[in-house]
Amino acid sequence: MKQILAITLMNLRAIPQRLGSSLVIVIGIAGVVGVLVAMLSMAQGFGATLKATGKDDRLMVLAGGVTSELSSTLMPDILPLLRELPGLARDAEGRPLVSAELVVITELRRGEGAQRADVNVSLRGVEPLGLQLRPEAKLIEGRWFTPGLREVVVGKGAANQFQGVQLGAVLKFRGSEWTVVGTFSADGDAHESELWTDANTARSAFGRGGSASSMLAQMQSAQSLPGIQAAIKADPRLQVDASTEVAYYSSQSQQFTQQIGMLTSVVAAIMAVGALFGALNSMYSAVSTRQVEIATLRAIGFSGLPVVLSVLTEALLLALTGGVLGAAVAYVLFNNMTVSTLGANFTQIAFNFAVTPELMQKGLIWATLIGLLGGLPPAIRAARMRVVEALRGG
Amino acid sequence: MKYFPLLWATLWRKKTRTWLTMFSLVAAFLLLGLLQAANSLFYGGTINLSANLLITQARVSFTSPLPLRLLPQLEAVPGVEQVSWSQFFGGVYKDPKNFFPQFAVVPERWLKTFTECTLPAEQAEAWKGSRTAAVAGRQLAERFGWKVGDRIPLNSQIFPLKDGSRAWAFDLVGIFDNTTADSCPRMGNMYIRYDYFDEARLFGQGTAGIYVLRITDPNRAEAIGRQVDAMFENSPDETKTQSEKEFNLNFVRQVGNLSLILNAILGAVFFTILLLTGNTMSQAVRERIPELAVLKTLGFSNGGVLGLVLAESLLMCVIGGLVGMALASAAMVALAHAPVSFPPLRADATVWLIAVASMLGVGLLVGLPPALRAMRLSIVDGLSGR
Repeated sequence: MKQILAITLMNLRAIPQRLGSSLVIVIGIAGVVGVLVAMLSMAQGFGATLKATGKDDRLMVLAGGVTSELSSTLMPDILPLLRELPGLARDAEGRPLVSAELVVITELRRGEGAQRADVNVSLRGVEPLGLQLRPEAKLIEGRWFTPGLREVVVGKGAANQFQGVQLGAVLKFRGSEWTVVGTFSADGDAHESELWTDANTARSAFGRGGSASSMLAQMQSAQSLPGIQAAIKADPRLQVDASTEVAYYSSQSQQFTQQIGMLTSVVAAIMAVGALFGALNSMYSAVSTRQVEIATLRAIGFSGLPVVLSVLTEALLLALTGGVLGAAVAYVLFNNMTVSTLGANFTQIAFNFAVTPELMQKGLIWATLIGLLGGLPPAIRAARMRVVEALRGG
Repeated sequence: MKYFPLLWATLWRKKTRTWLTMFSLVAAFLLLGLLQAANSLFYGGTINLSANLLITQARVSFTSPLPLRLLPQLEAVPGVEQVSWSQFFGGVYKDPKNFFPQFAVVPERWLKTFTECTLPAEQAEAWKGSRTAAVAGRQLAERFGWKVGDRIPLNSQIFPLKDGSRAWAFDLVGIFDNTTADSCPRMGNMYIRYDYFDEARLFGQGTAGIYVLRITDPNRAEAIGRQVDAMFENSPDETKTQSEKEFNLNFVRQVGNLSLILNAILGAVFFTILLLTGNTMSQAVRERIPELAVLKTLGFSNGGVLGLVLAESLLMCVIGGLVGMALASAAMVALAHAPVSFPPLRADATVWLIAVASMLGVGLLVGLPPALRAMRLSIVDGLSGR
């Protein structure tokens, strides 16, 4: 133990003499970890935004067999039946707490220069009870839209990402003018990327008759869902799917998270291979410059194990330094950066990069593995050197 | 060239080190090849679209349909040769993972508009002759092993049939192909007949998703686009007309500023690679100082020694880079044949240009400091190993 400590300390104190090759390990691994953490934090942030959307005691009804609100159409004849489903909560006047909503896509401009694009943004037509149904939606500026007037309120995320949606701005949809009368927040959920207006106003402006895209309803409790699903199944007129709002939005993040996860693994794996060879190279050369020194130690009675451990410790320490550096750079550059991308509903979802402790930990695990793999073969070579030959300087 | 054996011998002086550096270079250029190919996809470099096609969509969004009554006005615009329209069908083939786009079109119009794709005459007749007939691109047909005569079931995510069911089925009567190499950018698509689709769907009758205009003179694309959009201004069916290339680019850019992310990754990779190969080269020269002094004694000029060291560094980077790029190209070919829907990555001339420039750049940059050192080396100091 004393041997190990002595030899390791001696080794580490000599690192400044080999600054160049030590930096190769640190920077190489910092690159891998930085890219890994940054890319995963994107998937993490996107997932967190969608998972924060919805409540498990709210019911979401879509046309049967579709996976997103955009492709769903609920025909006008079934809406009254859906509003009277059992298990729905009612307000003080006895009306079921239901909002049959129309979601249409509008284009807004994002970015400048080569990045400029007209991007898909959801315009959600909300029924008057829809605001009451979502207590998390709070006005932060201006006022809510007036039913019957062409007015919109803009989610905080949309206001931040897209051009021309500031308070008082006029948007043009289908030949008519709409005024932005307010901005709202919704606990950082996916609705903050949307524009909201009155459902009937949207239906008439977009020529959708009495149809809706989805229906949101407050259930009496989260336990009401099986009863409601059974009631839907029992009525052949209702070819619709009902789930909790939480389940719907969580399912929307899966594809993106998987795609980013796959891309990240490929890129990070290739980078890790590159960094691993770099680490091997540096550690081999570290061992060969210390050849005489190691052989001397062996000659005066140090055993092989402390030599192996000292080389490994050096590799691991350099790797961890790189890992911490990479994770820190990813945190400083990307944490809480707001971007928007195309979600599963084919519309933009604004979200923040989230560099969480778990991701940093994951980065450090990669760093440790690269350090171990890069340090082990040179360490073994160091321990196996023939003392006599090594003393002669190879 | 006569110094090549010398170069080769010095390069492999320390085999382990050279191999390890090479592998790092290979990994770096493999990434460069793949990421630059993705980047070039974003800038439209590999999107092989005809300059003669314009897309007219609803101004509010291309997901909002336009009514068919716009057709006569569009056809009357001077310079417009042919008008086709298409509605995105949103069908799922067996599993949502099998995504590919299908569009409802009018066969006669489609054939005259998309002249960069070719369909055998008898298959075209069969398509015109049967209402449930459909055609698919060769790439798509190969992906699922379809043959002419197969019945393709599709569950439309958007359009139910009149009875509320989503289970549609179409007869594959034709497989279209490129007219010349890569001329047809629609090889992964399937086209069904609009007349049958419009009659059978539950809602949305009489609307088209977008119009595709074939124009005679690509130089007039912008003017024609403006003229079209002016016709429908301030109506509920305001339009936005742009070239097919712009339309697709905009589509890709919706994903977000990916090229920024890709370039950041590449920056990190190259910084590392510079440091790594730079370190290797300076070590290699440091160890060889007596040898270099011998070369000078033998009559090599200062410039000659500089050239030798630079050439060694360049040789290493070019070999590593070429192997990496070859791997990247192989990976892209493999991806193109993979059974998943994936944008067609290709290492085109731009990607290779960037790659070769990077190889030479890295080679020079890391070779220069040790080469200068070798050049300035005095024979006496060198021989004594000082």
